[in-house]
Amino acid sequence: MTAALDREQARYIAAQAADARINFEIETEGMTLNMGPQHPATHGTLRIVAKLDAEQVVSAEPIAGYMHRGYEKLSEVRTYPQVTTLINRIDWLGSFANEVPFILAAERLMEIEAPPRAQWIRTALFEMSRIANLVLFAGDTGLQLGGQTAAFYGFRDREHVLNQIEAVTGGRFHPNFDRIGGLKDDLPKGWIAETKTAMAKVRDFCDEIDDLVTGNEIFQARNRGIGVIPADVALSYGLSGANLRGSGVDWDLRRDAPCGLVHPELDWKVYTHPDGDCFSRWWIRIQEIREATRMVDQCLDGLPSGPIMAKVPRIIKVPAGEAYVETENPLGAMGYYVVSKGDLGPFRVKIRSASFNNVSVLSWVLRGVYVPDIVAILSSLYFILGDIDR
Amino acid sequence: MSADTETEAPEAADGEAEEAEPRDEAREELRDRFAAELGDAVVDSHIAVGHTLWVRVTAEAWATAALVARDHLNCRWFDFLSAIDWLPSPYGRYEDDGLTPPEPIDQTIVTGYAGGDTRFQVFGHLVDVVDHHDIVLKADVPDDTLTVPTWTGAFDGANWHEREAREMFGINFEGHPGLRNIYLPTGFEGHPLRKDFPLISRIVKPWPGIVDVEPMPAVEEPEDDGDAGSTEDAS
Amino acid sequence: MTSAVLAFEMAYWQQSVLRSVGVLAAVLLPAGTIVYLFLFKMMSFMQSRLGPNEAGPYGSLQLLAEVGKWIQKEDIFPAKADRKLFAMAPYIVVASVLLVYVAVPFGPDAWFARLDTGIFYVLAVSSISAIGVLIAGWASANKYSLIGGLRAAGQLIAYELPMVLAVVGVVVQAGSLDLFEIVRMQAEGEIFGLSWFGNPFILTQMVGFVIFMIATQAELTQPPFDMPVAESELVTGYMTEYSGIRFLLFFIAEFASAGAFGIIAATLFLGGYWLPGLDMHADYMNVVGPLVLLGKMLFVTFIIFWVRFTYPRFREDQLQKFAWTLLIPLALVNILATMVLKVAF
Repeated sequence: MTAALDREQARYIAAQAADARINFEIETEGMTLNMGPQHPATHGTLRIVAKLDAEQVVSAEPIAGYMHRGYEKLSEVRTYPQVTTLINRIDWLGSFANEVPFILAAERLMEIEAPPRAQWIRTALFEMSRIANLVLFAGDTGLQLGGQTAAFYGFRDREHVLNQIEAVTGGRFHPNFDRIGGLKDDLPKGWIAETKTAMAKVRDFCDEIDDLVTGNEIFQARNRGIGVIPADVALSYGLSGANLRGSGVDWDLRRDAPCGLVHPELDWKVYTHPDGDCFSRWWIRIQEIREATRMVDQCLDGLPSGPIMAKVPRIIKVPAGEAYVETENPLGAMGYYVVSKGDLGPFRVKIRSASFNNVSVLSWVLRGVYVPDIVAILSSLYFILGDIDR
Repeated sequence: MSADTETEAPEAADGEAEEAEPRDEAREELRDRFAAELGDAVVDSHIAVGHTLWVRVTAEAWATAALVARDHLNCRWFDFLSAIDWLPSPYGRYEDDGLTPPEPIDQTIVTGYAGGDTRFQVFGHLVDVVDHHDIVLKADVPDDTLTVPTWTGAFDGANWHEREAREMFGINFEGHPGLRNIYLPTGFEGHPLRKDFPLISRIVKPWPGIVDVEPMPAVEEPEDDGDAGSTEDAS
Repeated sequence: MTSAVLAFEMAYWQQSVLRSVGVLAAVLLPAGTIVYLFLFKMMSFMQSRLGPNEAGPYGSLQLLAEVGKWIQKEDIFPAKADRKLFAMAPYIVVASVLLVYVAVPFGPDAWFARLDTGIFYVLAVSSISAIGVLIAGWASANKYSLIGGLRAAGQLIAYELPMVLAVVGVVVQAGSLDLFEIVRMQAEGEIFGLSWFGNPFILTQMVGFVIFMIATQAELTQPPFDMPVAESELVTGYMTEYSGIRFLLFFIAEFASAGAFGIIAATLFLGGYWLPGLDMHADYMNVVGPLVLLGKMLFVTFIIFWVRFTYPRFREDQLQKFAWTLLIPLALVNILATMVLKVAF
């Protein structure tokens, strides 16, 4: 009798154990997806390690630093004009804009002001670098989402602006044109008329992109309501540029903290959007391209005559002090905190780059999104690797 | 309230013959409101008229200062947070050409605006995007512990900035959720932005500009301090 | 070819060899035309660039160059891949595409196999490629490929239904599953009392045509339905780990299936190998018919590729929602309307 009961019990226990084994095996783990440093979507060498549950992201962490070049340390051993060459390469798409805050900080410490003509041309080139940068953004966002044609149109129309920048500075991507006290050279003959033609072509491009991409239902379905960043999160992470204005915060350094550039004298608008999603950031950038073309036209119309460079000594020694100048660069707010001890070169330069803050919000915004949305959010936040990694 | 010094010339000197010193009332009012909240924690301040306000606080009050700036001054936009190493670099400018003996470098620590007593200082910039105020906060980092409280309680964005400050300077941020390297590989030894960390690329390969010690042909510069080849058009 | 057409007797095995070679030619010819014409040249012109212009006059031999390039590449197996499955997957996909061409009428006597249930066979056989894609995704031992394969499987299954339902509308109108019968009905039918251009089913089945084209775009995993191969996310999805001849097979299969679905669409909706004014049963139609069909296929594939290079891609869940909540009900309504009108008229 007991033997039969024992067998029964043994069989029961075995069945329980088998059941437990099956349950243990069916238990699924999440998958870790590594959008590694080399990937078509990450605009450079950004690495995102995402833990997925089927197609949804549970947690994501961006890992930067694959392109860290140590600009802050390198600046300490260079003279001020040599630093300008270096910082061109931080945001390499809108590169003239990188030089401007640094030069303005040095000029503030030296207490000199660039002559009006130089300031107006600086503003025109500043806005042109914004156009060059954001036109690529427009094309690239279409490409990331699958509309390959938009990318080609973007590159084609960017050429107009780059040709103009090259005509005056000699370099398409790294102008190295700004000098403490003014600019290196004056405008070549015929440049103003050509630039106005180029601006008209860029406006046509904006209209074309609006037809091709902005109104497209699929594009809207992929971008509306995706990657919503509320205003308080945006402020707390220090987002800037279209990322901040896309969340409804009305803050534009060109209007609110202008220094050395002539934006207050131009007639232009700041665009904000209340939604805070990927579409609002896209929309604002397209409007900013249009506004930038109008600003360039106004700059060229109102260009005063005069010298292009203030009186500065041949060998520049900036007096001791500290200055922080921040401008509204294409990617966001970029600033240089320059500490000077009266030497030929700075004592410490802290580079506040826009994309560093913009990318830090990724771990917050990527929770709970689908894998395809990662790409949409990355392209809408629009960072440049050189800007993150300096 | 502790004595706040301004590094402008004191008005008590000779007020009648001189034109009035430019004063930045808005920033002074901001500083006074800030000091009213923090009291003794505010050590020093400096105003660059029309440009920036610096306020130095004690290291213990570093986190509280951020909260006060955020809640009472409404500076809700976090700009950046970093550190300065005030020790002059013992390597100079890496321009020893091997012909002349290197000049001794004065290693005394001289701090900048709003003073300072330690080698390292942390500093951060916060902005009020509604009324367009901004404030630069500074704090001395105690030399023995090299630790200051974290700003991540007040601003989420400080997370990455503090990670970078720690790996570059070696300053610890107490209360930070996960201080690990952000730019440098894990296991990197040393803190690169410290002044006594050499710029290895210049040691490995001397800068080509110092090889040519011939002075420029035009004779107008009396102060040619062996810094050959550098003009404002150098590229 | 039936022996009635040929001047001399052929043994059965000779006929089979001829048919196999014929099928291959019928597949590779349109595939080549499509690839060169649309992918290289039309896409390039739409994107304001020239496209290949070095290999041969106006770049016409570019496809030959590409084939040569892919053939001589190293055959790479990922270390953790399942070798047998990995090797097998491209052949499954290509086989399913080739089998589609077998049932299509190219002319009154120019066909490879005359099946009574032609369109049923075509739909069934074209779904086999989903298995091949899934096998490729799994066997690559790569997370990106796996995600791509799973997305593809879900998508291909989801869009089979609208395609089948759209075809059912045509079948109801024609009254037969036989592709030859469908072409004959279009050639000899009349609409609004006019009979000179027959009754191409696109006129009465416009809704069905649109649904069929959308479903085709999804079956081919082309944008806007190319989540499985979303380049900016998954590199190339289920094809990531393939190189050399296997990748070439996937490449050919992609364009050959575009051609295959184009031919099916032309047969079902545009009148097949018949043009108004031609005699459907004449002997010369055996030569003219394939050319006519090729032309119609190029027209349909032009639309497919035009949409491909214009639209961004759907997200997977939006894609599924589109199929299940929009296309399928629409197709069902289409069938209902067709049945009612067929009975009424």
